[in-house]
Amino acid sequence: MLSDLLTNVDFLIIFTGALVGIAAALPGVFLVLRGASMLTDAISHSIVLGIVLVWFATGMRDGVIMTLGAGAAGLLCVALTEALARTGRVKMDAAIGLVFPALFSIGVLLINVFGRDIHLDQQSVLLGEIGLVWLNTVNIGGYDVPQAIVAVGALALLNSTFVALFYKELKLATFDTALAHALGFMPGLIFYVLLALTSVTAVASFDAVGAVMFVAFVIVPPSTALLLSDRLHRVIAIAVCVAIASAISGYWLALMLNSSIGAMMASMTGAFFTLAFLMGPRHGMIALAIARRGQRRDNDCRALAVHLHHHEDGYEAVTECTSDALHSHLRWSLPRTRRVVLQSLDRELILRQGTLLELTQKGRAMAREVIAP
Amino acid sequence: MNWLAFLQDYTVQTVVTGAAILGMISGVLGTFAVLRKQSLLGDALSHAALPGICLGFLWAGSRSLISLLTGAFLVGSLGALAILLITRQSRLKPDAALGIVLSVFFAVGLVLLTYIQAQGGAGQAGLSSFLFGQAAAMQREDLWLMGGITLVTLSVIFALWKELKLISFDPGFALAIGMPVLALEVALTLMVALAIVVGLQTVGVVLMTAMLIAPAVAARQWVQRLEGMVLLSALFGVISGVTGATISAAAQGLATGPIVVLSATTIVLISISFAPQRGLVWASLNALSQRRSLRGRQVLLTLYGLSLAHDDPAYPSEKGMIDAYHNTKSLSTLRKLERQGLTRAVQHPPEPTPHWELTVEGLAAAETLAAELKGAE
Repeated sequence: MLSDLLTNVDFLIIFTGALVGIAAALPGVFLVLRGASMLTDAISHSIVLGIVLVWFATGMRDGVIMTLGAGAAGLLCVALTEALARTGRVKMDAAIGLVFPALFSIGVLLINVFGRDIHLDQQSVLLGEIGLVWLNTVNIGGYDVPQAIVAVGALALLNSTFVALFYKELKLATFDTALAHALGFMPGLIFYVLLALTSVTAVASFDAVGAVMFVAFVIVPPSTALLLSDRLHRVIAIAVCVAIASAISGYWLALMLNSSIGAMMASMTGAFFTLAFLMGPRHGMIALAIARRGQRRDNDCRALAVHLHHHEDGYEAVTECTSDALHSHLRWSLPRTRRVVLQSLDRELILRQGTLLELTQKGRAMAREVIAP
Repeated sequence: MNWLAFLQDYTVQTVVTGAAILGMISGVLGTFAVLRKQSLLGDALSHAALPGICLGFLWAGSRSLISLLTGAFLVGSLGALAILLITRQSRLKPDAALGIVLSVFFAVGLVLLTYIQAQGGAGQAGLSSFLFGQAAAMQREDLWLMGGITLVTLSVIFALWKELKLISFDPGFALAIGMPVLALEVALTLMVALAIVVGLQTVGVVLMTAMLIAPAVAARQWVQRLEGMVLLSALFGVISGVTGATISAAAQGLATGPIVVLSATTIVLISISFAPQRGLVWASLNALSQRRSLRGRQVLLTLYGLSLAHDDPAYPSEKGMIDAYHNTKSLSTLRKLERQGLTRAVQHPPEPTPHWELTVEGLAAAETLAAELKGAE
């Protein structure tokens, strides 16, 4: 059973993609909420330099030392960015845009020069080679498990343990930094641990999805989830589901189009985001448009009620309390006038007496509510 | 190859001219992006240009620069629109919108790129050089296109100078006096997309962001006025573009983008450290000398206070006591004051320990200082 799965290439690739998605989405939820999305971009670029440097120092391409060493480069990038911003000479966003391109450039140039020895080229830095993860295996308990699954799986486990153990602290530090600080929860430290976990996850996922695709896995599924729910634990669950669904659908689409699997998985996170953005039940654009239209109609009915209330006792009632007056005095278009009158009739706010529109008790109460709440 | 022959080389001339054009347009537009705190917009838009390049290739069926750049510009603008929509219509933060557009558009671009590569066929080989830039692939005709875009963009900026200046520094006021702020912002964003398009061949989509940010940040350190900042930023852009392109052309096979970016970063480091007034080196030297002179003034006031308390202008204070007042060794400060002629070491028999007193000049200096402090209160 297990050995069947471990020789099933389709399964191995999808499983790796899903693990990357899970490992990335867990810290991602908190980073997106914190407004640190672009720091993720900076981190995942700068680990390229870390990977090349650790390879120079140790000659190793993977393993714990590589993960920690290259992960340190991600943190170094964050520290340099913050130090640069603290000098007051450069704003935070410009600092991000200065530090990581520089570190990334050094990394790319080194790969340019020494790439043949390190088995990296410029394009795989960006793309990863998730399609080949099953080639490089390690033996665990008699099974040949792909090295990438072991690495990313370990990180997914580490990240979920961290989130589970410090759920309350993370929640507090994310939503009320000042209170967390006052209570001694050290939100700054928690934030740095999150960034550190993101860095090492980026390194572990690097062979599979490369530097830039990883950003999609960190930011997009959590953003999608944030459009769909208001509860943190549900957001995390939805983000994980989106990541898994992207891995599965991305794999099959990539096979169909004969294109990069990692890039297609990342594109699918974007597809799910677009879906949620347009059709989310409460925060989606369509739902919002419907809600806005409803509010506009309620407003029109209220305006009609106030208009009638204002004029109903005066001598001008004959001319003002008619649908023609709404058209010519309130400058409502004919269809709008018609719609508002019909709706107010439906809601039993007005009655029609010949051409005259009269308020009902309910309509009068509504008008008074608006005028003197 | 000697330098003269190198500079007369046809390809090198093309590459260097292209890099100079790029440096100019990105330096100028980067100024506005940095001032308006939209530095990372360029990052998102340049990544978003990749699917445009691929669509342009698929549409034209060849690697004709104009179709690639048109695609890049259109899809880049679509990316800008997506950022605007996400920021305005959802509760996600602006930086999340940037990250989403950046990573998703880039992913789609890579899907298209690998799809094209898998199809094979002539001309597709050069597409991946748009990732990190390969200035050597530039043709003489490409310069006309890049130069044309730059000329149009710079003319628009010149024509809208006053308006752009106002929305960069006080958008609220611009809105209040009835300026079409949104239209101007859209125009600036589209021009940033054009600048990115110009840089695609030389620097590539991944690193183009630095070409927008670095020259502007460097220029900001040297000047206070927008006019000067734009000109200096363009100059820095040209310098880093030309340096990077030259090194890349001389050392065969190095991607141009990273070298250009590192040249620009070097200019930033020099500017942040050494620019007059804002330079970090001058600031820390200044802080050091302030700290030194503060210590001297404190010691001077202590001696003055002791002499007042003892009603003796030349009261000899024991060194140990002065140390105790300042909770630290004060000998070096006392010696420094002595060199300035403000204090002098004296003996105060029968005590064997060293003592210090104010000179006449020291007393005058301390009195001025005390008066200043009183005035400050």
